[in-house]
Amino acid sequence: MNIPIIEIIDLHKSYTETAVHVHALRGVDLTIEKGEFTAIVGPSGSGKTTMLNIIGGLDRPSSGTIKIRGNDISNLSDNQLIDFRRENIGFVFQSYNLIPVLTAKENVEFVMLLQNRSQEERDARTLELMQAVGLADRMSNRPSELSGGQQQRVAVARALAPKPAFILADEPTANLDSVSTSDLLDLMANLNREEGMTFVFSTHDQRVIDRARRIVLLEDGKIISDERK
Amino acid sequence: MPNILTLARRNVWRNKRRTLITAASILFAVFFGVAMTSIQLGTWSHMVDSVVKYHFGYIQVHQQGFWEEKTIDNSFDPKEVRSQMQNVDGLKSMVPRIESFALASLDTRTKGTLVIGISPELENNFTKMADRIQQGRYLEIGDDGVLVAEGLAEYLQLELGDTLVLISQGYHGINAAGKFPVRGLVHMSSPQLNKQMIYMELTTAQWFYGTGDLVTTLIADVEDADEMTLVEESARSILDQEKYEVMNYKEMLPDLMQARALDIAGGQIILAVLYLIVSFGIFGTLLMMVKERQHEFGILKAIGMKSSQINLMLWLETIAIGIIGCLAGVVVSLPFTIYFNRNPIRLPEEQAEAFESFGVEPVIPTSTDPEIFIIQAIIIFIIISVLSIYPILKINNLQPVKAMRS
Repeated sequence: MNIPIIEIIDLHKSYTETAVHVHALRGVDLTIEKGEFTAIVGPSGSGKTTMLNIIGGLDRPSSGTIKIRGNDISNLSDNQLIDFRRENIGFVFQSYNLIPVLTAKENVEFVMLLQNRSQEERDARTLELMQAVGLADRMSNRPSELSGGQQQRVAVARALAPKPAFILADEPTANLDSVSTSDLLDLMANLNREEGMTFVFSTHDQRVIDRARRIVLLEDGKIISDERK
Repeated sequence: MPNILTLARRNVWRNKRRTLITAASILFAVFFGVAMTSIQLGTWSHMVDSVVKYHFGYIQVHQQGFWEEKTIDNSFDPKEVRSQMQNVDGLKSMVPRIESFALASLDTRTKGTLVIGISPELENNFTKMADRIQQGRYLEIGDDGVLVAEGLAEYLQLELGDTLVLISQGYHGINAAGKFPVRGLVHMSSPQLNKQMIYMELTTAQWFYGTGDLVTTLIADVEDADEMTLVEESARSILDQEKYEVMNYKEMLPDLMQARALDIAGGQIILAVLYLIVSFGIFGTLLMMVKERQHEFGILKAIGMKSSQINLMLWLETIAIGIIGCLAGVVVSLPFTIYFNRNPIRLPEEQAEAFESFGVEPVIPTSTDPEIFIIQAIIIFIIISVLSIYPILKINNLQPVKAMRS
C-alpha cells in the first residue's frame, strides 16, 4: 500500500481582506501518495495556486485539515512552518526565483546549509544534482548568466537538494520555450521514475498535462475530476 | 558555500550605487561630527590651557577664605602645606605666589596693577615665563627688580631700566611702597593680563607687602593634567579643610566653565539635528532596500530560511555599510583635524573679543583627541543599529505568499 504524502480534508480558503469576499477553495478533499506525478489543472482563478500554497505551508487554510506525512500543519506557527518547509518540501516557482548573488552551485547548496549539513555532504549532493540536471559545467555561473531553462533546472536541483518528501511546482514551464519545457519535463519524469520523487504541479500547459500520470481538475475552488492514467 | 556573512557581503555590493550613496551620507555625518567636535573641543582646550597652564594652574591651595576675599591679610605659611603634600602621587611641585594689587606710577602716569610675587625657577618650570620675555631678562633669586607686562609698559611709556614706583596696602594694613627697576618686559597671551601684570621675585614681594615668609597661593603643578583629580582628592584629604581651601580650575573659573558647558551643549544640539537628518537618509535607504527585495525575502522564507537568519543577514549588510561610511568619515576627517591642529585658524579682530574677554589668544586649533573619532563613529554605528530594527520588524511580519506576489 502506498504511503499518503499529502492528505487534504475539507479544505476551505476565503480571502476577506478585499472589498469582494473571495472563496478560493470550497471544501477540497485530496490524497496524494508517494511517487505520484500529479498535475493540478484548471482555468485562472480556479484555486490551483492557492491550493499549492496551502499544501506548501506558504498560506493557511480558513478551515479544514492538511496533513503532510501524517502531520497536521494547519496549526503550526510561522517559524514551525519555515522549519517544516525546509525539511519536507521542495519548491519550483514559475519565475525560477534563484538567489541572484549566489552561483548555481551555491543556490543548490543553500537549503542544505540552512539544514546544517556538512560541507562534504553538500558538495557531493550538489555535484550529483547538477549532473542530474545537466548543468555540471555551469556551477560557477550566477542566475543572470544562465538561460530561463537552465535557471529552472537549477531551481529543480535546489528543490531536490534537501531530499524533500515531495516537490511542488507552480506553473514551472510558464516562462520556458518548448525545448526547455521538454528538457525540464524529461528531467522531472526521470526523477519521479528513478528516484520515486513525488511531484505536484499546477499548470495550464498541455505538454505538462500530457506527461502527468494523475490530473486533478479544479474549478471555482472545487475538484471537478481526478483522473489517473 | 557562502555563509550568511558572505551572502550579506555580496548583497552589499549588489547595488553599488545605493551602497556608495548611503556610505557617503554616513561619511559626511562622521566628518561633520568630527570636524565640529574637534573644533569645539580644540578651542576650549586651548582656552583652558591658556588660562590654566599659563596662569591659574589646575589646583590652588589658599588660606581658607582667600578666594572670597582676596586680600594680602589672608596669607599663610606654606611650610605646613608643602610638607604634608610632598608625597602626593602625581604632584610635580608646589609653586608659591603672593598675589595682590598695587598702584604703579612712572612720571605722571599711574595705573592699578596686579602684582604677583614668584619663585623664579619654580614659576618658570610651571608657566615657562622666561620664554615670554620680550626685552631684558627674567628674574633671579633675590632680584629687587620687576617684570612688567608689555601692554602695561606701553601704557606707562616705560622702558627697560626705568624705575617703577609701586604703592599698596601691605599685610595687616601697613603701608607698602617701593621703587623697582624694570628688568624685563613680558608678553602675556591674555590681552587682559597683558595690561595689568607686574611680576617680582617672591622674597621681594614678601618684603614689599610685609608678609614675612607668608604666601597667598600655592599652585599644585601636576605631572599630567589627567592626574588633577587624584592630586586634588589627596590634597583635600591631607590638608586641614578648616585652615586651607583647595580649589581646582573649574571652581576658580566658573564663568569660563559655564560658557564652555553652554557652548558644548549648543554644539551637541546641532550634532543631534545632523544625526537626525542622516538617520532619515539611512532610513530611506533601508525602506527602499526592504521594499525592493521583498520578493526575494519571500523566496528565502519559502525555501526555509528563518526570519532570524534573514534579519542577521540584513543587519550585517546595514552594519557593513555603516562601517564603510564610518571608516571613510574618519579617514577623511583626519587630515582636516591634523592640519588645523598644527595651523590653528586665527580669528579676525571683530570676532576675537569674546576670546580676549577670557584672556585667551584668539585662535581656533582643532583637537586630535582619538576619543572624538571613536565617539562619532560609535554614535553613527548605534544609529544604524537602531535603524536596522525596522527591516527586522518588517521581515518578521512578512508572509511569503504576499511577498512573492510583490
